[in-house]
Amino acid sequence: MEIDEHEIMLSVNGVSYKRRVESRLLLSDFLRHDLALAGTHVGCEHGVCGACTILLDGQPIRSCLMLAVQANAREISTIEGLANKDGSYHPLQQAMHDHHGLQCGYCTPGILMTMTAFLDENASSSEDEIREALSGNLCRCTGYQNIVDAVLIAAERMRG
Amino acid sequence: MSTRSFGEPVKRNEDRRLLTGQALFVDDIELPGMLHAAFLRSQVAHARIKNIDYSRALQRPGVVAAYAAGDLGEYWQPGPILVLPPPIEGIVFHERTQVPLAKDKVRHVGEPLVIVIAENRYIAEDALDDIDVELEPLAAVVDLEQGLSPGSALVHEDIGSNVSAWVRQTRGNYAAAAAKADLVIKRRFGYEHGISSPIETRGVVAQWDIRANQMTIWDTTQAPVFVRNGLAGMLGLNERQVRVIAPFVGGGFGPKIMMFYPEEVLLPWVSMKLNRPIKWIEDRLEHFFATTHERGQIHDAEIALASDGRILGIKDVFLHDGGAYDPYGLTVPINSQCTLLGPYVVPNYDSTFTQVFTNLPTVTPYRGAGRQHGVFVMERLLDFAAHELNIDPAEIRRRNLIPPDAFPYNNEIIYQDFEVLEYDSGNYEPLLDMALDMIGYGKFREQQATARLQGRHLGIGVACYVEGTGIGPYEGAKVQVQGNGKVSVATGIGTQGQGHFTVFAQIAADQLGVAITDVDVVTGDTDQFYWGAGTFASRGAVVAGNAVNEAARVVRKKALKLASDLFECSEDDLVIDDGKVSIVGIPEKFVKLGDLANQANPMRGAVEPGTEPGLESTQYFGPRMGATANGVHAMIIEMDPGTFDLKILKYVVVHDCGTVINPMILAGQIHGGVAQGIGNAFYEKLVFDDQGQLLNASLADYLLPTALEVPRMELAHTVTKSPLNPMGIKGAGEAGAIPGGPLFAQAIEDALDLKSRSIELLEIPLSPSRLFELTRKATQT
Amino acid sequence: MKPAPFKYVAASSLQHALLLKAEHREEAKFLAGGQSLLPTMNFRLARPAVVIDINGIEDLAGIRLLDGRTGVGALTRYRALQRDAVFARGFPLIAEALPHIAHPQIRNRGTIGGNLSHADPASELPAIMVALRARFRVQAAKQERWIAASDFFKGALTTDLRADEMLVEIDLPPAEPRTGSCFMEIARRRGDFAIAGAAAMLTLGDGDKCIDIRLAFCGIGETPVDAGSAAAALIGHQPTEAAIRDIATSVQTMIDPSGNLHATADYQRHVAGVIAERALQTACRRARNGD
Repeated sequence: MEIDEHEIMLSVNGVSYKRRVESRLLLSDFLRHDLALAGTHVGCEHGVCGACTILLDGQPIRSCLMLAVQANAREISTIEGLANKDGSYHPLQQAMHDHHGLQCGYCTPGILMTMTAFLDENASSSEDEIREALSGNLCRCTGYQNIVDAVLIAAERMRG
Repeated sequence: MSTRSFGEPVKRNEDRRLLTGQALFVDDIELPGMLHAAFLRSQVAHARIKNIDYSRALQRPGVVAAYAAGDLGEYWQPGPILVLPPPIEGIVFHERTQVPLAKDKVRHVGEPLVIVIAENRYIAEDALDDIDVELEPLAAVVDLEQGLSPGSALVHEDIGSNVSAWVRQTRGNYAAAAAKADLVIKRRFGYEHGISSPIETRGVVAQWDIRANQMTIWDTTQAPVFVRNGLAGMLGLNERQVRVIAPFVGGGFGPKIMMFYPEEVLLPWVSMKLNRPIKWIEDRLEHFFATTHERGQIHDAEIALASDGRILGIKDVFLHDGGAYDPYGLTVPINSQCTLLGPYVVPNYDSTFTQVFTNLPTVTPYRGAGRQHGVFVMERLLDFAAHELNIDPAEIRRRNLIPPDAFPYNNEIIYQDFEVLEYDSGNYEPLLDMALDMIGYGKFREQQATARLQGRHLGIGVACYVEGTGIGPYEGAKVQVQGNGKVSVATGIGTQGQGHFTVFAQIAADQLGVAITDVDVVTGDTDQFYWGAGTFASRGAVVAGNAVNEAARVVRKKALKLASDLFECSEDDLVIDDGKVSIVGIPEKFVKLGDLANQANPMRGAVEPGTEPGLESTQYFGPRMGATANGVHAMIIEMDPGTFDLKILKYVVVHDCGTVINPMILAGQIHGGVAQGIGNAFYEKLVFDDQGQLLNASLADYLLPTALEVPRMELAHTVTKSPLNPMGIKGAGEAGAIPGGPLFAQAIEDALDLKSRSIELLEIPLSPSRLFELTRKATQT
Repeated sequence: MKPAPFKYVAASSLQHALLLKAEHREEAKFLAGGQSLLPTMNFRLARPAVVIDINGIEDLAGIRLLDGRTGVGALTRYRALQRDAVFARGFPLIAEALPHIAHPQIRNRGTIGGNLSHADPASELPAIMVALRARFRVQAAKQERWIAASDFFKGALTTDLRADEMLVEIDLPPAEPRTGSCFMEIARRRGDFAIAGAAAMLTLGDGDKCIDIRLAFCGIGETPVDAGSAAAALIGHQPTEAAIRDIATSVQTMIDPSGNLHATADYQRHVAGVIAERALQTACRRARNGD
């Protein structure tokens, strides 16, 4: 069978890319290996662990359940674009650092993308709501408590 | 700046790279010309291999090579035994280790048959379909008792049985004790631990550079030094030709220290054959078969007690599922056997276990490493004894705790470090008191009764345990002050999230009076530090930490000596702080550490005989034996009597791991361990059928706890310093994961008032469905 | 776990998609949210030769009102349904179930049509559609037909869709006044597939007597189980706790769950009765209170 390839043009963290991709190439692999944006991690490739979470047009999705070819003409945000250009942290990154919300760090990019989008839409939420929002991201190291604390603190700081 | 950071909740040095997606994990390695490997793995648990034909795979465009066992020639050999059986009298041990590719026989689902090398992983996986394998299935050994019965299929035929090992250890005379007991309780228990399932699976990248004559291997291993040594030996290379790097690793928990995995052995060999870098990243489906497990034990245990609840003795006969191979010796069941004793006085003990070969993936330590099983048996026996003797469950534990003046406490049996199990230090009762206070034990019965009137079923559980940590053999560290005044620390162990880059920096920073952020720590690179055993058994902070401390202390002495020569004063008149050595009381008379370092490495001139260059030192620390940490967990749950589901309302951990280097990192370790304990107790179960097929090989069906299943935890700790190392520290990595099982069993029995219905929970994991079945069965009989 | 090779086509219109499907039939699969399809493809359990991406067909998404009935385009994502306050008020049964479906990231992509076409026995929406007496508009390149939800689900992962058809719209009748509903699910973790799920709706008439009742289950059969016949005992009577308990008991007797990795058949049977009772009680309370 001939390899089925397609040209795509997309924006990732505000930068435009034009590439030719095989139809079956997963978006997660495309970001990591074709664009060398390896901050998005792969944990399961069946949509459960959330490590591969990125923002598609601002909404968190699992990049392992999307084909690269589907990202044509879309805007993707990954962990590499989260901090400010001068290197200063997004409030959630700062809070995660302040409250030890990461240990091995493998699930962290997926959690940051999920929860920064959550914070953008929820200025103030309860611990239960935060845990619910976090429930689609598996962490095997932290037991989640410090992550929840980080989100609560970040929300408070973002409210000013 | 003269604040000491040791003992402070210092924020982590390593966070920036991890928070911004810039940390290097093994799948991030991209090398020119790199090829990708995939493995054809056995779909059956037990079979003779009749034929393997991969010729069609080689025809597929993009496929570069394929190899089966026969292609490896002399390179094919069973892996080395990693942990020899301990020196216990009468021990039986049959060494059978894993092989790089199955030859003649497959012994578990997932055992690799063929390695395929292709331009990318997609094509490599396509090529697996092109391979024809003829297997003659055999009956699979899955049930432990059936596996030991005559006529059973044999995992390793030449042994004549499925016995991997048999060990009996005794202390005192149990039979005599039981004869005099006021009460003897006997039960059969079943305890299953699960798989580590870190969010990052395993991976290996091997790069043979023929011109530089160097092999570089990136590996998610917890033991890079031993991997380097072993692979160099296997590949016929000198140790110094091989560099093993464990980069950032996304969670280890034990199975990543198992070696030599087939993939570790094969990738470098293939790289040398093809002169190309090769990458293999375990996918999640593979992880369920290709990375080691922990699994189950069956215990027939009995406890003999006096009427006041004091333990007179314990006898335990248990079977341990070791899986298809036993490269890790007896570490897991020995831990069960030893840790069963817990923080209690057990004057007479008779423990026998049989480690059984099964046609299931190999079992090696996973966070807790068999301690869970032993703790479950002891804690449950005490609960049943408490009920029969009408003693409060917390009280019966209190009455049996080893008193604080009894340390070092000799348990007279051999532990996993081959030494007699001796608890170096401990003060157990205060932790029990604190836990009971924090959980509100005293007011709970009233709370429970009030809730019952509202139709709510609350239950409470308390469990105690000890954890042997910080075992040898040794670790080393090199500490060096660089010309720019920054300090570099290198050690041989790897890091999988435990905060080594911060904790070791704290230790060095305190000795050398520099800022923690000016200490750069390298772990897991065999070119940076040559010697070491690895990160396992809750020993990283204890053993490598003490080596860092020692090396930093020596560097500090060197700096003081150099400065005292420079200022022509006594070392006692000097102080080190803020990266400078200065004369006490005359801060303007100082020299920067970096300048001292430069002076110690002159470009020209002569040095005095015996001078070592630079401001550096390499030191090793090897504890005489492990240091014993301990803890108490307590939990209040609410059960839904209709659905048998539960919600954790309160979870308390009181822990003693001696001196604490970084309380924030310690708390993180406890949180993570507790989450795994909750998963083990109530959510995670490997479901095998009788043919050894794993029926739930996906994260949709192997249930890891999420943020909704893990509650907020309240932590406290006490400090009983270990006399076994200068810093007085004990390990803490596994503590959180150990007592979850008995805690859940106790709390659920309490919530559902099962004792009044004579229903006992004798197994882990539990689940709502299992509780339904257990409770209705009893109501029916 | 990479998918096997396939040919990818981004359909430019519904007709384009349907023509392609007519051409390739079982060899082609529609790609909507991909949250069910991609995992099966990554596991190589599904190996379609052709993947027809329908995400660009904007007409397929959206909610429209027509003669008091609500039409939900098959491509409407769960997220859109969750954020539509009017829809949530009109169909509280669906609104209550949505937080149980997977996780937020999945709900940002997954579509109602994709879920229903996939017909997983443990999936919540098929049972809810049966309870709501929904009708599905199904199209092929040259024809269209309507299928009642109760006729749509044929077996595990099997629907009445022919090889050349696509589910395009879900038609929902308006709620009657004085109707209360409740969706309740038993799962190991939030978002997991249901071990048993109950969709209950109860309408009160004069004298607070029950004039209509729906009860359907997911997770306990190969298809949604319609327990309306057991629940019908309540019609013409005031719902009492005892009467509701009796319905729950009949449910336990009439269903035939087969058990799965996470629950025995008997547990499913038991717990279906528990949630039947609780869901009906809640639905009744909501009908009385005008929730």
